[in-house]
Amino acid sequence: MKYIEEFQDPALAERLLGEIRAAVTRPWALMEVCGGQTHTIIRHGIDQLLPDEVELIHGPGCPVCVTPLEVIDKALEIASRPGVVFCSFGDMLRVPGTGRDLFQVRGEGGDVRVVYSPLDALRIARRNPDRQVVFFGIGFETTAPPNAMTVYQARRLGIPNFSLLVSHVRVPPAIEAIMRSPNCRVQGFLAAGHVCSVMGTGEYPELAARHRVPVVVTGFEPLDILEGVRRTVLQLERGEHFVENAYPRAVRPEGNPAARAMLDDVFEVTDRAWRGIGVIPDSGWRLSPRYREFDAEHRFRVSGIDTREPSACRSGEVLQGLLKPHECEAFGTVCTPRSPLGATMVSSEGACAAYYLYRRLDLPSAASRHPEGSPVV
Amino acid sequence: MSETTEAPDVLAWTCPLPLRERPRVVMGHGGGGALSAELVRDVFAPAYGGPALSVTGDSATVELGGARLAFSTDSFVVRPLFFPGGSIGHLAVNGTVNDLAMSGARPAYLSCGFILEEGVETGVVRRVAEALGEAARTAGVEVATGDTKVVEAGHGDGVFINTSGIGLVPPGVDLRPQRVVPGDVVIVSGPIGAHGVAVMSVREGLEFGVEIESDCAALAGLVETMLAVTEDLHVLRDPTRGGLAAALNEIAAASGTGVVVLERAVPVPAPVANACAVLGLDPMYVANEGKLVAFVPRAHADAVLAAMRAHPLGREAAVIGEAVADHPGMVVARTGLGGTRVVDLPLGEQLPRIC
Repeated sequence: MKYIEEFQDPALAERLLGEIRAAVTRPWALMEVCGGQTHTIIRHGIDQLLPDEVELIHGPGCPVCVTPLEVIDKALEIASRPGVVFCSFGDMLRVPGTGRDLFQVRGEGGDVRVVYSPLDALRIARRNPDRQVVFFGIGFETTAPPNAMTVYQARRLGIPNFSLLVSHVRVPPAIEAIMRSPNCRVQGFLAAGHVCSVMGTGEYPELAARHRVPVVVTGFEPLDILEGVRRTVLQLERGEHFVENAYPRAVRPEGNPAARAMLDDVFEVTDRAWRGIGVIPDSGWRLSPRYREFDAEHRFRVSGIDTREPSACRSGEVLQGLLKPHECEAFGTVCTPRSPLGATMVSSEGACAAYYLYRRLDLPSAASRHPEGSPVV
Repeated sequence: MSETTEAPDVLAWTCPLPLRERPRVVMGHGGGGALSAELVRDVFAPAYGGPALSVTGDSATVELGGARLAFSTDSFVVRPLFFPGGSIGHLAVNGTVNDLAMSGARPAYLSCGFILEEGVETGVVRRVAEALGEAARTAGVEVATGDTKVVEAGHGDGVFINTSGIGLVPPGVDLRPQRVVPGDVVIVSGPIGAHGVAVMSVREGLEFGVEIESDCAALAGLVETMLAVTEDLHVLRDPTRGGLAAALNEIAAASGTGVVVLERAVPVPAPVANACAVLGLDPMYVANEGKLVAFVPRAHADAVLAAMRAHPLGREAAVIGEAVADHPGMVVARTGLGGTRVVDLPLGEQLPRIC
């Protein structure tokens, strides 16, 4: 665990920055796919340290941000029912559905619990056979395997009162959609290292070749990010576009075969809506037919959901790298973490929240004139 | 949602409604962050606030019969009741003693109210009471009055404790954020984050490879040591809920100065840093129960730091930053790599991230 300090070494960071500065001859726009990477970039001020020619564009890789409103409304509806224990990772509790969030459901008497592993939810189900226990299964290729494992275990152990509310998403189709967008400015990708640690690198070579775009698998510590940027810039400067693994300590080309086998067994690929973006073909997973009985949507027959999304904010553009958070008129004025317009401001990994929390001092927006964080009493 | 499209449909991009009003209390209202402050501002202060009500400091300073008294109250609802390095009994004493000490007071007397849940074992209550007594003796305070209530099973969490305390503020001591001026040196009395991570490790059954103990301790002795160097300390704060970030933000806002923190100078024990990295938490926001942060005039900073380091509870005291004239009301960190970032007041509770 001493890695954390080592991967933040200022001297090594300066050396990588020097190599990036020396290599750059013209402007390049790179997208870091994952919200965790965005968080590292902003928290450590990496974007301030890179040469002006290198622009980092924040991608759609925040699982909380992209979970569609309709699914959150379904979660709220199920969590409100008597006899239900609704389990979720912590950061989903604050994401607004239509008019309220899971924290409020809990405040109204709903049994909403934060768990650190989906297997904790399964344990709760075993201990409470008279209750229906639902786990909110959201996220990318990183969280999907353990959630799949939980359903697999539920069936194997015969735990009938457990179910999964599924809204899993896959990264490669999102990259494909971004590259096909007529407004796309992205010239290179820092692929999400933890996604590749599960899925391997095999999904990217064809994408890189077809769109002539470098894809560098990148980790999450500051030095990982700088190394990812360095390699992407070198490829771009040389006119190359291939898949590189800059995160070999975690990522093998074949990924994690056991996790992939679990995904293949429990889930099947489906079209999936991304909040703020819309439906992307083949971009999600749902439970395969033989596990349908563990599907919370199927079990609870959630209907009559009145999902309403006013078109006030521009998080969809932020999620696709078409807009920087502070370029939105609402940023820091009507839209803050306290009163978010969009999920990108709610989630701690959302690009808007990262900009608001860490960077509003030097942004030319109203936010710096209205520091919401200042206590008023 | 919209129909399947080959490329994202710009016109279909939409966003959710804001949640400006919360009709019911949520956990974040007790988190010591912006939601807590809002509750005090909008509900409590208008209802019963008077000239003596302190809504910013840890305790109120009031005059009575010619004496200057610090007066404070706090409630303790920690789960589990016993954790590595302490218990709810230790917290109930040290929390209130520290709130008084942050006014520069010498804590003297405590009240102690127990709210017990029907069904809790008397043996557990005894252990809590003994821990409380031990903490009071260590802190040099006396429990002078108390109260016991029992609520029906299911209406409590075993044992809740409220303590109030009074102490004498020595003449010449005036600790208030309003006294902070640009140039003041910011000192923290030791490594941060241990209490929050210790409680989380037992509450959530998380294991981090090494046991992390709470830093729970009474700080009145340390404060006395510091005041012996100079009465001219500007402000003290114990960074409990909301952590160091909340304490610095409160001082910045109340003083109207900016605060710059050197991120690499903030002492964080390696096990705490690692646990936070795993959970996606920022140690700056994690609760402490035996640490203080001090704003000290530059001329006295070296002497105060030396005195703190000579005290058992300040051995690892460190200068972590300074008050500045720039960005009034805001806390800014200089990152290890040389960038800068805003350190904001937390909204409510920190939430472990999904991945």
